[in-house]
Order: sequence, then C-alpha cells, then structure tokens
Amino acid sequence: MIPELGHLALILALCMAVVQSTFPLLGAWRGNQQWMGLAQPAAWGQFTFLLFAFGCLTWSFLTDDFSVTYVAENSNSLLPWYYKFSAVWGAHEGSLLLWALILGGWTFAVSIFSRQLPEDMLTRVLSIMGMISTGFLLFLIMTSNPFSRLLPQSPVDGNDLNPLLQDVGLIVHPPMLYMGYVGFSVAFAFAIAALLGGRLDAAWARWSRPWTLVAWTFLGIGIVLGSWWSYYELGWGGWWFWDPVENASFMPWLVGTALIHSLSVTEKRGVFKSWTVLLAIAAFSLSLLGTFLVRSGVLTSVHAFASDPTRGVFILAFLLVVVGSSLTLFALRAPVVKSQVSFGLWSRETFLLVNNLILVVAASTILLGTLYPLIIDTLSGAKLSVGPPYFNALFVPLMVILMMALAIGMLVRWKTTPLRWLQGMLVPVLIASVVLGMLAAFMLGDFHWAVLAACSLASWVVLAGLRDLQDKTRHKGWIQGIRSLSRSYWGMQAAHLGLAVSALGIVLSTQFTAERDLRMAPGESVELAGYHFVFDGTQHFEGPNFKSDYGTLRVSKDNRNVAVLHPEKRLYVVQRSVMTEAGIDAGFKRDLYVALGEPLEDGAWAVRIHIKPFVRWIWLGGVLMAIGGLLSMSDKRYRFKVRQRVSQSLGLKEAQV
Amino acid sequence: MKRRLILLIPLVLFLGMAVFLFKGLYLNPSELPSALIDKPLPAFALPAVNDPGRILTQADFKGKPALVNVWGTWCVACREEHPVLNALKEQGITIYGINYKDDNASALKWLQEFHNPYQLDVRDDKGSLGLDLGVYGAPETYLIDSKGVIRYKHVGIVSQQVWRDELAPRYQQLMEAP
Repeated sequence: MIPELGHLALILALCMAVVQSTFPLLGAWRGNQQWMGLAQPAAWGQFTFLLFAFGCLTWSFLTDDFSVTYVAENSNSLLPWYYKFSAVWGAHEGSLLLWALILGGWTFAVSIFSRQLPEDMLTRVLSIMGMISTGFLLFLIMTSNPFSRLLPQSPVDGNDLNPLLQDVGLIVHPPMLYMGYVGFSVAFAFAIAALLGGRLDAAWARWSRPWTLVAWTFLGIGIVLGSWWSYYELGWGGWWFWDPVENASFMPWLVGTALIHSLSVTEKRGVFKSWTVLLAIAAFSLSLLGTFLVRSGVLTSVHAFASDPTRGVFILAFLLVVVGSSLTLFALRAPVVKSQVSFGLWSRETFLLVNNLILVVAASTILLGTLYPLIIDTLSGAKLSVGPPYFNALFVPLMVILMMALAIGMLVRWKTTPLRWLQGMLVPVLIASVVLGMLAAFMLGDFHWAVLAACSLASWVVLAGLRDLQDKTRHKGWIQGIRSLSRSYWGMQAAHLGLAVSALGIVLSTQFTAERDLRMAPGESVELAGYHFVFDGTQHFEGPNFKSDYGTLRVSKDNRNVAVLHPEKRLYVVQRSVMTEAGIDAGFKRDLYVALGEPLEDGAWAVRIHIKPFVRWIWLGGVLMAIGGLLSMSDKRYRFKVRQRVSQSLGLKEAQV
Repeated sequence: MKRRLILLIPLVLFLGMAVFLFKGLYLNPSELPSALIDKPLPAFALPAVNDPGRILTQADFKGKPALVNVWGTWCVACREEHPVLNALKEQGITIYGINYKDDNASALKWLQEFHNPYQLDVRDDKGSLGLDLGVYGAPETYLIDSKGVIRYKHVGIVSQQVWRDELAPRYQQLMEAP
C-alpha cells in the first residue's frame, strides 16, 4: 500500500510541476495576475508530494519491503538501518528521486526567500524550475519507477546494497553533489527568466549570486567527500582518477567558479552580461550532462549504474530540449550592445576575465578528454582511452597560470590601477614567495622543481592576500580595519587560501609519498620513512552483513608509539564481494595508510603501506573554499539590499556598496 | 547582425556534441570491433618488460592457446584482476602480458611485489601495440589460439566468474582443437 501511495504522490507532483511550468509563465507574458499567482502554491504542492514519495520509499527500505523491486535489489534485512536509509539513493531510481526532491526543495527555497523579487521575475524563475522538474519527473515515472513491484513472487530477502556504498562518506556524498548540481538550476532559471523578461542588469546578477554561491559550495563539498571516500575506501591511496563521473562533477564546479566571479563583475560594473548568462546556462547544462553520462552508460565507469538505451535516449532528448532551447534563447535575446563601461589592462575586470577564460578552458579540456573516446569511436570505430597523463598535462599548467593571475587579481582595482602602485605592492610579495618556495623545497627533503613551484605559488597567493588585507586596513589600524571588512571579503580570502592549501597538498603528497608493498607475517616489522610498522596478524571478525579479517599494525617512531592501525579485508556475504578497508592514522602533516592485499600462507598478508605527507591538505583546501562560499553568501548586502525591492531602475551607483 | 551570429556558436557546438552523444548510446564499449576477431595479432617488435635487450614479436605468442592481458600499474581495476591471473597461472594457463602505456620501473616493481603471472610480458610504453589492437582501456584480455589468431576479447576485469562463464569454455575448445 505504502509504495502505491508513493507512486501516486509522484504522479501528483508531476501534475503540480506541469501547472507550475505553464500557467504562471503565460500569466507573466499576458500580465494575468491570477495565473502568475499559481506559481508559489504549485511549487509548494510539488515539494510536499515529493517529500511524501521520498518518505514512502524510505519506509519501504526501513521495513524491508522486498516486494518492491528497487528495495529487493538494493537492500537486505541484515543491513544496518542507516545503510538501509542511504540505500534509498544507492542506485539509479532512488537517486533520481533524490534529484527531483532536491530540485523541489530548491524551488521551495526560492519561492520563500525571493519574495522580494519583482513578481513577474519570481514567477518566471519558478516556472522554469517547474519545467526542469517536469522533465525529471516524467523520466522518473516513465523509465525508472522506484515503486514498481515484484509480484506475485517477491523474494524472501534482498540482494544487498553494493558494498562499496556501505560507508558513511557515501551516505552524504550523493546528496551534497546533487544539492550542487541541482542548485545551479536556480542560477540557470534566473538567467533564462532575465533573458525572457529582457532584464539583464546588475540587479539580476545580485539576485542570482547568493544562490550560485550556495550551489557551488555544496558541489565543492560533494567533490571533496567523493575524493576523500575513494582515498580510504578503494584501498590504494589514490584520491582523484579523472574518471568520467568525477569529471562530470568537476566540470560544473569549474564553470560555477567562473560564474561566481563573473557575476561579481556584472553585479558591480555591469559588464560581461552575455558572458555571465552563458556561464549560468553552461554550469547547469554541464550538471545535466553529468547526469546523462552517469545514467546512460555511454561511458564505462565504476560509477555507472544502468546501461539502458531508452533511459539514455530520454535524458538526451531532455538535454536537447533544455540546453538547446536555452542556447537558442540566448542567441536571440542576449544583449549585443557593447557596454559603455570601459576598463584598462591592469584592472580587476581584466583579471576576472582571465580567471574566467582559464577556468572555462580547463573545463573544456576536461570535457574534450571525457568525450574524446566517444567521438573517436563514433567516427572511426576505434577504441581508445584518455588517461590521467592527458588531464594532468593540460590541467596542471592551467592551474599554475590561474594562481599567478589570482594574486594580481586580488590587488588590482576596478577600472584601472596605476602600474607603479601595483609594482610597489607585488614586488616584495614576489621576492618573498620565491624565497619561501626555495626554503621549503630544500627543507622538505629531496629537491623537486614541482615542490619549488608549488610552494612559491602558494606563498604568492597567500602573501598577496595578506598584502591586500594590510592595504585594506591601513587607515583604521589592524583591529578596527579587520572588523570593518565585509563577510564576502573574508569569503574571498578563505576560498583563495583554500586553493593554495589544496595545491600544496596535491603537489607535496604526490612528490613525497613513501610506499611499500610487501609480504608481512605476524610479528614481522618494517621501517618506512622513519616509521616502524609491526604487523600483529589478523583476527576473524563478524560484522552484521560481512565477515572480516581484522588486521592490526602498531606504528612507532623513535621508540614512541604513534598509532595502532586496523586495516580490514571484508567479505560481504550476500553479493560475495571483497572490500578493502584501509587503516589510516590521519594527521595534519602526514597520513599513515595501511591496506591489506591478499592473504598468503601461514597468516601472512600482502600489505601495502603508504606515508602520505600533507595529503589531508587537499581536502582541507576544499573545505576552506566551501567556508569561503558560505561566508560570501551570508554577506549582509544580500540580506538587506534585496529587501529594498530592487527594480530594473537599480543603477550602478547603488550596486557598488 | 554579425554579433548575433557569434551568439549562435554555443548552440552549434552543443548540437554537434549531442550528435555524438546520441550515437554513443548505441555503441557497446565492451564489443570488439569485429574486424579483429579471427584475425592474427597485429605485428609488433617490442622489448620485454623484464629484459630490455630481448625483443618480442607476434611469433613469440604462437604455439599454444593463451590469454593476452593488457595491463598497467596505473589501472585500478588491474589490481583487482591480478590475483585471478596468478591463480590461472597456477592452473597452467598460458598468459602473455602487454604492459600498456606504463612506466617500466613501476611495472617491474609491481610484478615483483604481486607475483608475475605472465609467461612473456611486452613493454608497450608508447601504446602502439595497444592502438593496433584497439585497446579501449586496461584491463582487457584477448584469447588467442595456437596460431596467434584472436578468438575472443573481454573488456574489463577477468574475475573468477568471467573466467568460468566466458573464457574457460572457449579456451577449452581451443585446447581440444587440433
């Protein structure tokens, strides 16, 4: 009964979405108040029904209703309750439902928090989000119904959740990622609504900016969680593989990063309008493309759930409608009049443009690398793979240029900057960062050019940030000055610091990783990079739905105990699959990472030991960027100013606050 | 008008991409381009992984039916597959390796640490042999007969199950054939 109710709720949500996407839009066009008024209640109704449907599916999981196909395929009565809960989005149908629910949630949030918008604008935004929702709900109901039943022969027990997904990181990773993906639909809807209404101005940029920042923050957290998960769950210490699905989440993030920067130019200076709109469309299109790549099985990947051409055709058609029509609208309606605002070479506008170009080029190279095998296959039938070497060779130099430009971009002023002043600010920073880079490169062990470059670049970014802080506070003194700076300024600082920290983490952990793969019998020990590892053998251990060989390694350094690590080899009984759980001692300066390979004779094991310096900095940087996003978003200018019912007459003067 | 046309560029690019995406839906990445099945292995002359002085050619793979496994230390899935290959070697199956686009030093280290299942191992660090074979990605495994003719291709990990269901029956057939 409950699954049927859920199914019904889904259909009702679809009806609501259809209403939300048609009448209000017509109303906004014809100036019919009553039709426009339908947008909000329809959005709320849709969200309520989606919540209900999601609740029904969750209920079916928690009560082990194996007559529901989706539950039978992805759960088991032995599964702990929290994994039963996360199994709701463990496979194709459920994760689509989560997608739809989150989209409903975003729409609801927009309808609540954006009531200050001009009514026709808000109506259009909600309508466009309704259209996206209609597409997804149709897809869900027609091709991937999570509530279909296995009757009359329902299995006694379920097939269990994919053991790779039985992990805390994976409970939170997909919702965060989807919050980001779907969140870009808000920026997209704002852009389309502005194109439709012919109102591409500073006010539009100001409305979309906080929403874009939230989406960007969530997507960043999602990516960090995914990378962290693959680090400790896949059992061999890698944290990024340039896998098509990782790329699918990374591309919208890069374009989203470009978008938040470009929005700030449009908001403050009223330039790059068409470009910003295009970025908003691109960020969401790439999110949809990501969904297509994952769901259609076009590219083989560890993450791909279902290879079903009908599903693929549907998403592709949807993609065509959404992206095709929005780009057509863009071609027809985007302003072609050259902006009156001019700016010099050494201006913040120029450097934000450089930032945008680099990020977009980076996203395009990744897109090309991800789709290249597909294109070649279609054209010539040849199969080939594009591996990490391609991505690293193109992506790393781009990030180097990005970091070089970033520091200058923080200091230059809007319109133009006297070159002499800029030199005075940056030459000391340049000298200091090269010196620091040299010091670090020689002190951290063997000399590598990469380390020198990374340390110098990171110092360059951080010191330029400090220099800017010093400059900003020069009139008021440190304490007073620091207090007077806005949250979005601190957000900017935190995010840029995050980039420097991540870059350091990536380069240092790659260069200085020490690893050994060896055979260890109980009682044997090994020295690696000053650490002494003693293997105490493994014990048998029974988990709720797995059997485990639970290893113990004691680690000491200079005769002092550092850590006791417990790597595991788990056999998940239902799916008969073996999982590696790494034993990790996490530290600010280094991770000790131990994984069990194969069991050998006499209780000995193939053991893999890594010492990864600074690896945690990679994710720490990601967290800093997310904090930066949250700080900027909570800036008071988005809270107070919007309330003043900004209209199209809002000029630049007011926007420059 | 000219500026309007520039604004059309994103749309055109996207539509171009959509064509490939659509065609891609009907491609099966695990299908071998039929051209190579029942054809002899492409000709090659490449050094052996464990002995740079020794040049291996397609003639070295002839003599008995065998598996030809494309692998690399950079490939996650190859680590999963490796123990299965070791077990197959114990059962007396001939396995040749093609070390695809890899760094030779790490390949040697890997083989030392995880055990070497390959009777012969070709060093294809430029990926030229892989290109001729139409390698999509590692791991891939080809079944060849005693004359060095490709009989079957499996894309992805050779697990116990893949061996049992897909490869073993065909291998058996080749062993029994005159």
